[in-house]
Amino acid sequence: MVVVAAFVLQFVFWLLLSGVFTPFLVAAGAGSAIAVVWFARRMDMVDVESFPLVMWRTTFHYWPWLLKEICKSGWTVTRIVLDPKLPVSPTLVRFRPLQRTPVGLVTHANSITLTPGTITIEATPEEFLVHGLTRDGAHGCVDSEMDRRVAALEGAP
Amino acid sequence: MTVGAQLVVDVASWALLLAGGFFSVVGALGLLRLPDFFTRMHGASVTDTLGAGLILLGLVLQAGLTLVAVKLLFLAIFIFFASPAATHALVKAALARGVKPQLAPEDPTSKP
Repeated sequence: MVVVAAFVLQFVFWLLLSGVFTPFLVAAGAGSAIAVVWFARRMDMVDVESFPLVMWRTTFHYWPWLLKEICKSGWTVTRIVLDPKLPVSPTLVRFRPLQRTPVGLVTHANSITLTPGTITIEATPEEFLVHGLTRDGAHGCVDSEMDRRVAALEGAP
Repeated sequence: MTVGAQLVVDVASWALLLAGGFFSVVGALGLLRLPDFFTRMHGASVTDTLGAGLILLGLVLQAGLTLVAVKLLFLAIFIFFASPAATHALVKAALARGVKPQLAPEDPTSKP
């Protein structure tokens, strides 16, 4: 089942990038998709984790919220950079994330890094180490709404 | 598309392109002004999220409903998955080579 989904994903990706629908190129796309899925299977890489975009709840509930957060903190960093006094207070914080699955932990760590002003340095199930441009920004990552939202996504299809 | 609708799309896409350009310049300015390696990464992240995102969105409006728009959206998705991984790798490499972050003095009143 997952193999078929992986093939369809690869093939649609080829068709969208190519945009030329001659029999030869469509067949070549199908052949390439089969080859890629075959190699990925040999490397034991075809599993549910290969389909982050197929997790619909992530796409439609979490991403819009994340984009809003990126805009908000992007604007905060912009104001700091343009401020003549440059009011930075770089801070490291350590905290324990709520997520228990690898996908959840990666989503949380990447979300922290994507929002300007905070970068995940270490990401383990026991502890995240986050560098923040300001003290408030860094402490804002501890027990955050983001933490709860990503944890709520875990286990959802 | 009518001339009026085309004008609205053009204005919107130019607004997005200009905003994206503005945030890219801010990111570059941050890269120059901020004090150390780690804080400079924060400046750069404005460029590769807001800067790249808004410019790609403006270009999607210019492309209309075509395969070019689909490719631009793929580009946005890849940037959003790859750039945090690259940032993370860069920061870990810096720490492993012994670059110490300059930290603000601890403020005892705002412990987590």
